[in-house]
Amino acid sequence: MEEPKLKELVINRDWCKGCGICVHFCPKKVLELDDNEKAFAKRPEDCICCKLCEFRCPDLAIEIISSRGTARRAPTKGLLL
Amino acid sequence: MAIRDYIRERFFPHIWCPGCGHGMVLNGLLRAIEKIGLDKNEIVMVSGIGCSARIAGYVDFHTMHTIHGRALAFATGIKMSRPELKLIVPMGDGDALAIGGNHFIHAARRNMDMTAIVMNNRVYGMTGGQYSPLSGYGTMSTTSPYSNIDHAFDVVELSVAAGASFVGRTTTYHAKQMADILGQAIIHKGFSVVEIMSQCPTCFGRQNRLGSAIDMLEHFKENTTPIGSKAKQKNPDLIERGIFVQKKMPEYCSEYEKIIERAMVTVHHRDRRGHREYN
Ligand SMILES: Cc1ncc(C[n+]2csc(CCOP(=O)(O)OP(=O)(O)O)c2C)c(N)n1
Ligand code: SF4
Ligand code: SF4
Ligand code: SF4
Ligand SMILES: [Mg+2]
Repeated sequence: MEEPKLKELVINRDWCKGCGICVHFCPKKVLELDDNEKAFAKRPEDCICCKLCEFRCPDLAIEIISSRGTARRAPTKGLLL
Repeated sequence: MAIRDYIRERFFPHIWCPGCGHGMVLNGLLRAIEKIGLDKNEIVMVSGIGCSARIAGYVDFHTMHTIHGRALAFATGIKMSRPELKLIVPMGDGDALAIGGNHFIHAARRNMDMTAIVMNNRVYGMTGGQYSPLSGYGTMSTTSPYSNIDHAFDVVELSVAAGASFVGRTTTYHAKQMADILGQAIIHKGFSVVEIMSQCPTCFGRQNRLGSAIDMLEHFKENTTPIGSKAKQKNPDLIERGIFVQKKMPEYCSEYEKIIERAMVTVHHRDRRGHREYN
């Protein structure tokens, strides 16, 4: 099956509070906090569209838009269930 | 529908602190509801008072933000008058099990169809960090500055003993499991309890030197395990996650419907015999 490709990683800077949860738990280390303590995609090319950041953000500030609606399984899946 | 269609965007960014677990509960709950495909008009969310209770302000369902400890009582009234609606009742640990403890056990015992969510951060977050019945022995809080000598309830055991027909537990770290259990709880016909271990970095975290929200999430990952796992046998201190009870039992509103029918038949017969005293 074709793997999902990241189209856009949307971060709502007005809602992000810079908690760093998305940065810390991203399995591919795609995200970082900028000088204003807002999350941004530093390495979007490494994103595997697992959507863990979107699911965990306490502020509903992240949206992963990928070429396929369903997410690929994250390597950390064993820890999730 | 996208999850943004289920929220009142005009109230965002929300009031919760950076990294607060309550926002993660909102996130998981919206995903569960989106997956089930419920219509906004079918859902009533009733909350009490607390940081947790503020959740009702952010969702675009029918909502009631009521009084501390009494969310289940209000929800009971709504459900009795409109049994076709889906009731979701998110509560803080203090809200649900300190001041609201009596409502909680009796709601569970009646098995009325609704979903009670205990957003358990083990503290009174909103009022600045007093201990709750879920803080537990040895924890620090503003009301136990030399450490707490109260023991905690186990929400799962309490709910099972009180008769809840669906009982689950997970943590904010386990986002996908959270959405899954919440979805099953909402679909379940009967009283469902879902305990979600949630982090309050501002009060419980700071007072107990647990580090940042990230550290507290790591703690949930390391100190919990799926029900009946091998890890649990090796280390009994691990807290189990999953669905503990999911059983069919007569539901309160359906049973009440039958009582109404029975009463109507009786009254009807009496009327035909000429006894008018029931009119
Ligand atoms: C009848 C009544 N008693 C006490 C209070 C004060 N009060 C407000 S929130 C709260 C406890 C909040 O703790 P919890 O329910 O755990 O929610 P959290 O803020 O931690 O999410 C208390 C005691 C109140 N509002 N009403
Ligand atoms: S998890 Fe959300 S609020 Fe926290 S840093 Fe990432 S985008 Fe911002
Ligand atoms: S979707 Fe997964 S890989 Fe991509 S940024 Fe989010 S957490 Fe990282
Ligand atoms: S005080 Fe605690 S529970 Fe309340 S919003 Fe802040 S982190 Fe969340
Ligand atoms: Mg609390």
